[in-house]
Amino acid sequence: MIKYIIKRILLLIPVLLGVSIIIFSIMRVFSPDPASIVLGQHATPEKMVEWREANGLNKPVTVQYVEYMQGIFKGDFGKSYYTKTPVAKEIFSRFPATIELAICAIILASIIGIFLGVISAVKKNSIIDNISMITALVGVSMPIFWLGILLIILFSGTLGWVPAQGRIETLLRPGSVTGFYLIDSLIEGDLESFGSALKHLVLPSITLAMYSMAIIARMTRSTMLETLSKDYIRTARAKGIAEGKVIRRHALKNALIPIVTVIGIQLGYLLGGAVLTETVFAWPGIGKFTVEAIMKSDFPIVQGVVLLVAFIFVVMNLVVDIVYAFLDPRIKYS
Amino acid sequence: MKTQKAVQTENGSIAIEKPESQFKQMWYALIQNKAAVAGMIIIIFLIFLAVFAKFIMPYDPNYADLAINKQAPSAAHWFGTDEQGRDIFSRVIDGTKISLSVGVTAVAFALSLGTIFGAVAGYKGGKIDTVIMRFMDIMLSIPDILLAITFMAALGRGIDKAVIAIGICSIPEYARIVRGSILSIKDSEYVQAAKVIGNNDMRIIFKHILPNVLSPMIVRATLGISTAVLNTAALGFLGLGVQPPAAEWGDMLGRARVFIFEAPYMLIFPGIAITITVLAFNLLGDGLRDAFDPKARK
Repeated sequence: MIKYIIKRILLLIPVLLGVSIIIFSIMRVFSPDPASIVLGQHATPEKMVEWREANGLNKPVTVQYVEYMQGIFKGDFGKSYYTKTPVAKEIFSRFPATIELAICAIILASIIGIFLGVISAVKKNSIIDNISMITALVGVSMPIFWLGILLIILFSGTLGWVPAQGRIETLLRPGSVTGFYLIDSLIEGDLESFGSALKHLVLPSITLAMYSMAIIARMTRSTMLETLSKDYIRTARAKGIAEGKVIRRHALKNALIPIVTVIGIQLGYLLGGAVLTETVFAWPGIGKFTVEAIMKSDFPIVQGVVLLVAFIFVVMNLVVDIVYAFLDPRIKYS
Repeated sequence: MKTQKAVQTENGSIAIEKPESQFKQMWYALIQNKAAVAGMIIIIFLIFLAVFAKFIMPYDPNYADLAINKQAPSAAHWFGTDEQGRDIFSRVIDGTKISLSVGVTAVAFALSLGTIFGAVAGYKGGKIDTVIMRFMDIMLSIPDILLAITFMAALGRGIDKAVIAIGICSIPEYARIVRGSILSIKDSEYVQAAKVIGNNDMRIIFKHILPNVLSPMIVRATLGISTAVLNTAALGFLGLGVQPPAAEWGDMLGRARVFIFEAPYMLIFPGIAITITVLAFNLLGDGLRDAFDPKARK
């Protein structure tokens, strides 16, 4: 097992190297010249040449790539063309916002998804099953940005229950121990900030959770149905064990193994979904930041974010595989 | 589902009735699935709207009249008018054409390249397989919407560019399916027989192997259209989709977002159109998957 994990970790290197080549090629070969975008249309040709030289864009693309990779190995991901702030600093100042949102979304998606899936499987072909599965089907079919808009119109505009934008009320400032507003405000015992952060999280979390919730519900239903038809479930029922206990202790426990892997994979996908959700809710995370950077041709930022997201994604896949082997002793990796 | 059976003919002899083709069996299974039939009907209706849009639209979808901008739904404008006074109903109908064409073309593009990559990787194996599939793994490690946004930012706006951006992101999925299916049948006896009688690799792949991996490809392609429609809308919403003033559902939502509290109806109908289209392809895709699966058919 340890050999397998080491092998998989080593395999991450070529994958991330490949991601860096792809994203570098798209940004440097196919993209329009960033000089005119950064300096504006009225910049003189001399100014543009000067700017390109200052940012190393006058060198051949291969040289630029080698220098970029040398920088990465020293922990230098470059600087934003606009703010001149190091990319790592820009990304990590926004990263906790995205992670906080993604974790809340995956918790919500898992709880509701597993609940709906179990109910649907236990009450197969009933009205509850049909409603749950239609909800799940609509969940995977609805654009998440549209769902976000509908939630804003209803809960923010019409009912005024929760705020539509941002992460916390402007005047509130929780401490910056972890960067997660919910945790930081609790550490400081600032309940006002906690309440505000929680309120701001409601709509973006539901929006981001919807797609994953639907996938988890469908997966839970199918694995539960398969498990419920197994001989050991029939044996448990024959022994007179209460139905609730059969479902919880015998069926769900075994059905959870593939569900856990789906949840892990979904967490990786949520980072992609965050791009749209953060744009709708003006959430100050890396998703919204990336879209803005792409629009402004801020190459170093885009490269840094894509590398980070790809890294998290492949690490999540690795973690899922390892967890799967721990949960199911029949799985042997070599 | 009919199976092979013996029947007595008029002259008293026993004849074996020809078994129904696999296609017929799948078709019967598909049309018995109510959800899949509903999906099919919606898709046919959408195609009808796209083809005959010119005759159905009450107004020119791009005709702006600021005097009647941001009007709520009424008898004259069923879905209301947008910020430029354009009829939203006409624009939603016109948008069907763009969404369906981008969805289908992007999938066709991804399917063609994915099939070639997957077939070569699976059939050839060895280093070629490793190189191709590692490249696919690399592409899969970047969330598709992030990759599509990056491509669109680099290539610029336009339907053709959206097709390329969305299509490229889906290539690895098709390559994986084709490779997996080819690996499972490339050592089968009929493929060996085709090799022995002197067929070249290309002929074996395209004539003997690929027709046998069609089922998973059709299912994936149908579901892939729904993903492509969603991604097209997402790009449009972020302002990276089609060139204005083309009516694209995501673009309509993106532009209307600033009027979210002032004119919320502007955001309702394009969203419903996207959801219904995606839902229809998902229903059909799920139905096809069940119809192609002998276990599910039983």
